[in-house]
Amino acid sequence: MLTELRIAGFGGQGVILAAHIIGNAITLVEKGYATMTQNYGPEARGGAASAALVLSDEPVLYPYLTRPDILIAMSLEAYTRYGPEVKEGGFLLVEEDLVQLDALPQVPKCKIYGIPATRFAEELGKKMVLNVIMVGFFSAITKAVSPEACRAGVEHEVPKRFLDLNVKAFNKGYEYGLELLTHQGERTHPGEEMIPGLELENHTK
Amino acid sequence: MHAEKESVLTGTHFINGDTACCEGLLAAGAKFAAGYPITPSTEVVERFAQRAPTVGGLFIQMEDELAASITLQGMVWAGQKSFTVTSGPGYSLMMEHIGYAAMTETPCVFVDVQRGGPSTGLPTLPAQGDMMQARFGSHGDYSTISLVPNSPQECFDLSVKALNLAEKFRVPVMFMMDECVGHMTEKVVIPEAEEIEVQPRRRTSKKPDEYLAYEVGEDLVPEMAHAGEGYGLYVTGLTHDKKGYPLMNPKQQRELVTRLFEKISRAADELTIVEADGVEGADVVVVSYGITSRVAMRAVHLAREKGLKVGSLRLICVWPFPEKLIRELAPKVKALIMPELNMGQVVIELERFAAGRTKVISVPHPGGTVHDPLEILEAIERGAQ
Repeated sequence: MLTELRIAGFGGQGVILAAHIIGNAITLVEKGYATMTQNYGPEARGGAASAALVLSDEPVLYPYLTRPDILIAMSLEAYTRYGPEVKEGGFLLVEEDLVQLDALPQVPKCKIYGIPATRFAEELGKKMVLNVIMVGFFSAITKAVSPEACRAGVEHEVPKRFLDLNVKAFNKGYEYGLELLTHQGERTHPGEEMIPGLELENHTK
Repeated sequence: MHAEKESVLTGTHFINGDTACCEGLLAAGAKFAAGYPITPSTEVVERFAQRAPTVGGLFIQMEDELAASITLQGMVWAGQKSFTVTSGPGYSLMMEHIGYAAMTETPCVFVDVQRGGPSTGLPTLPAQGDMMQARFGSHGDYSTISLVPNSPQECFDLSVKALNLAEKFRVPVMFMMDECVGHMTEKVVIPEAEEIEVQPRRRTSKKPDEYLAYEVGEDLVPEMAHAGEGYGLYVTGLTHDKKGYPLMNPKQQRELVTRLFEKISRAADELTIVEADGVEGADVVVVSYGITSRVAMRAVHLAREKGLKVGSLRLICVWPFPEKLIRELAPKVKALIMPELNMGQVVIELERFAAGRTKVISVPHPGGTVHDPLEILEAIERGAQ
């Protein structure tokens, strides 16, 4: 199984760190394979940041994304730039206070979930943990990586003095994701397959 | 000899190729680097600058690539294992001193994280356009070694090997990465120090009054003495005799330059470093190196799904070119396919050693990204006809 994931936002949101956490979780904890690439071009200097991960249960050959199965969009620009390339039926996870879905002429035909991650991060006391909230949300919604592995990834990547805060942030995003799933009635309990036919709905609250 | 414990970051990491390359060179005993940082190689020296003080090493940022590439050689003659890191534009500037290292038999590693060119080209995007420059870039005739990794794990494993080979053969070794491999982050397993073989400096056991700097034994590689140890050392880029003194005549030129080639060509078997997959009985073999080999492998899988008998031969050591292997392989297959991120460089050697005994199909690419596996698949299908 090969999953292509893109995480995008603006500089300072911790896009690259979020990708590192997921990469760590997959390779070091779940013993899978992950290849991460990131944009280094002039576009990466203008405030936009993007990281791409190919996740697989066997060694990754082609290093880049062809069409992402999952997009985590943490800014409007990330959504408008990368939204159209998400695979039909894939996942689009957005920072719902920053991304207006109607900013694209056509909302991508995929499962869309929103979370007010920046607001949650501010409530936790540090805006910078919004990336880890997004990782928690990603783990809950997509099940691509287990929460245990992600927590280990967080532990591996963040400085010790911020670990508690980041674990809290992860849990916040994770629990919100689970709650959203239950709330929307899409899944009866975590881990069960998505009921088909609901792809076009907008699940932002 | 094994790696020093304090230089080895044993464990499992999720790091990029540049970082892994630095860790490999540290593990192999590099204590000194001089550089003039350039994208996409900057992370190698950035890492080294952080790590060097913890292992008693030193990084110097020089004023330019010419300075960097000769400073590191001064450090080698002072007794340290050394390297420099650059990318295309800087690599061109280093050519003068690569020739100097070849002529003076200074063991060292030149890391080139290749990006799109010519000139400043594409600083943040990959290419493999420096492959012929790695072989023939400096003026005059010399023979050296080029290793090409295709993953961050290999950036570690092969950079250890690069420094080991440099020390063993006393040549500058070219470590030919590319932007994709350098900036790509993957799992890298760094073993325990005692599991890492390290080639020690080939120091002379002779006393100063018996020592001749360029006297050689059976393997044609002279033994070194270091500056400040009481040995009379004369190191020059001029054609020199056994003492290292300039001796500029046709006879000495023949003796010296022939030996510089022979010390490498004699080790052809040891330096035939390849990874073969399904080559036995294949109709078509894809020959590739570096990042392109991964994309080529994807194409090989697609071709096999279509029922074609396709093998993959990955060149890990591109220079010296595995002549014997290709000579033997060519008559057994319908075609050899070579994709590379340049307009067709190493394929010239492939054609030369296939010598008309099979079709050779080049799949060129100007760089900036990797091939579309379907381009390579199309060439495989053409070759299989």
